[in-house]
Amino acid sequence: MTILGQIGAAAFSVFIFINYGFLLAGSMARIRARVQGRIGQPVYQPYIDILKNNARRTAVHHGVMFFLGPVFRLAGGLGTFLFIPAILNSPLFANFSFSGDILLVMYFIFFGQLGMALGAGQSGHPYSPIGVSRGLAQMSAFEMPFILSVLALAIKHNSLSITAIVQAQQGGIANWSMITNPLAVIAAIIAFLGMSMHNPFSVVIAPQEIPIGPPTEYHSGLLGMLQTNRSIFNAAKLVLYVNLFFGGASATEGVLYALSASVLHAVPVWLGVTLGVVTMVIKTFLLYFITVFVGVSFPRFRTDQSIRFFLFVPTLIGLAGLFLARL
Amino acid sequence: MKTKTDKPVLPNLDLPASDKGYFCDARPEVVEPVKGIWENFLNWGRANSLWILGFGTGCGAIELRPLMTSRYDMYRFGVQPRPTPRQSGLFIIGGYASVKTLKRIVRSYEQMQGPKFVLGLGSCTVNGGMYWDSYNTINRLDQYIPVDVYIAGCMPRPEALLAGIKALKQRILDGEAEGANDYARNFDWYKANQKKIITDWNMPDYNW
Repeated sequence: MTILGQIGAAAFSVFIFINYGFLLAGSMARIRARVQGRIGQPVYQPYIDILKNNARRTAVHHGVMFFLGPVFRLAGGLGTFLFIPAILNSPLFANFSFSGDILLVMYFIFFGQLGMALGAGQSGHPYSPIGVSRGLAQMSAFEMPFILSVLALAIKHNSLSITAIVQAQQGGIANWSMITNPLAVIAAIIAFLGMSMHNPFSVVIAPQEIPIGPPTEYHSGLLGMLQTNRSIFNAAKLVLYVNLFFGGASATEGVLYALSASVLHAVPVWLGVTLGVVTMVIKTFLLYFITVFVGVSFPRFRTDQSIRFFLFVPTLIGLAGLFLARL
Repeated sequence: MKTKTDKPVLPNLDLPASDKGYFCDARPEVVEPVKGIWENFLNWGRANSLWILGFGTGCGAIELRPLMTSRYDMYRFGVQPRPTPRQSGLFIIGGYASVKTLKRIVRSYEQMQGPKFVLGLGSCTVNGGMYWDSYNTINRLDQYIPVDVYIAGCMPRPEALLAGIKALKQRILDGEAEGANDYARNFDWYKANQKKIITDWNMPDYNW
């Protein structure tokens, strides 16, 4: 594929998954409303909110870094997504994955937060640095179990390439990391709860304590940019997790692996890719539902409780997963 | 989106000279709406995504809480609370506004980014209500900030508040809710009225 074709394909996959992120946020807000006995906002509410924020007529500036914060954040979200192969064996959704991409992706997950920390700091609002320090502290804590579980997979498959790790999990549920190394997956799922910042780990944007943390001063188009990033970043993290731990989604196998090889060869390419996307959507939806389920069931940790929690049991489970990978 | 420029300049006479450097001295600017289908589309977005500033200014704020619960569920209409004035577009003045609160109301209102809407809840915002001869409350809210919709009653029930929000949505859709521009156009009049009431004015003339 030419470089222009690659860029076009990446833009297409970003478009698909950014819209998926919006609809996911909308539908999860609706599910949360049902838990509280409400009807809830329309599923398309995130689109209207972004339209409204971008249609604001005035904006206030606090300096250069204030502008760059959301830009870094969006770059972090896009960067995370663009180096993950979204659908296996599909050039359209391969993005810019390469051998060793998992290191870059883990860096990009952190990068956006750091950029945002600088931008929020310049806004000068006291709640911003409080939220930032809480966020970075919790982030360093949940990185421990996450990195341990990723290392376990890298050791098991002897590769730092996401594509290779997904490829090794094809051919049935028995090959998924969920089955081959359940301890690493448990540690990673607990880290994911922290990463998605729902209850009980919602210490950064804690609405009743530090309304509303780092983005307190962000408004108008800059807030719209942060909302766009939230959708693509969420989608990217979910796709990464499904790729690493739940067998990913393949354009040539995927939901069709139960069928015989002769049927697989008869499936046209577009149908295979579509089924791959559908597989990915189903798996990511179920994965995200875990965080919502936990989120509506538990109250919020304090920051120190959250950090101690991550550094104790999940880290030990992650270490055990590392040993399991070496067995 | 339009970013404010530094001209023309406000005097900020009530600030001590040492503090003047910390504050802005720009006036609010009128940003004319772009007419036509595009503005109608944007107004549809604004009407269906109203973020309320979470600042309960009087006893009427108690009527805002039930709106979030399962009985009234304002989220159905795209309305949700927001804790910071920068991100909110709808300011609900809950009942009487004492002089002390008026100062905060003005500060919060000016920090909100246009287009912004104000909903006066309860009779006290219309004519002072039962506080009309009180020594420390204002009587007519629209002398101090532009008001889009009034909801009479003492207290109006949450249903009345929902009806008021619906009326505000219709105003936004019709392109009539231009309170932020009215405020910028009649800035000197509003400011004179505010300063008549607020005697300890130790803040800049325009808090954006």
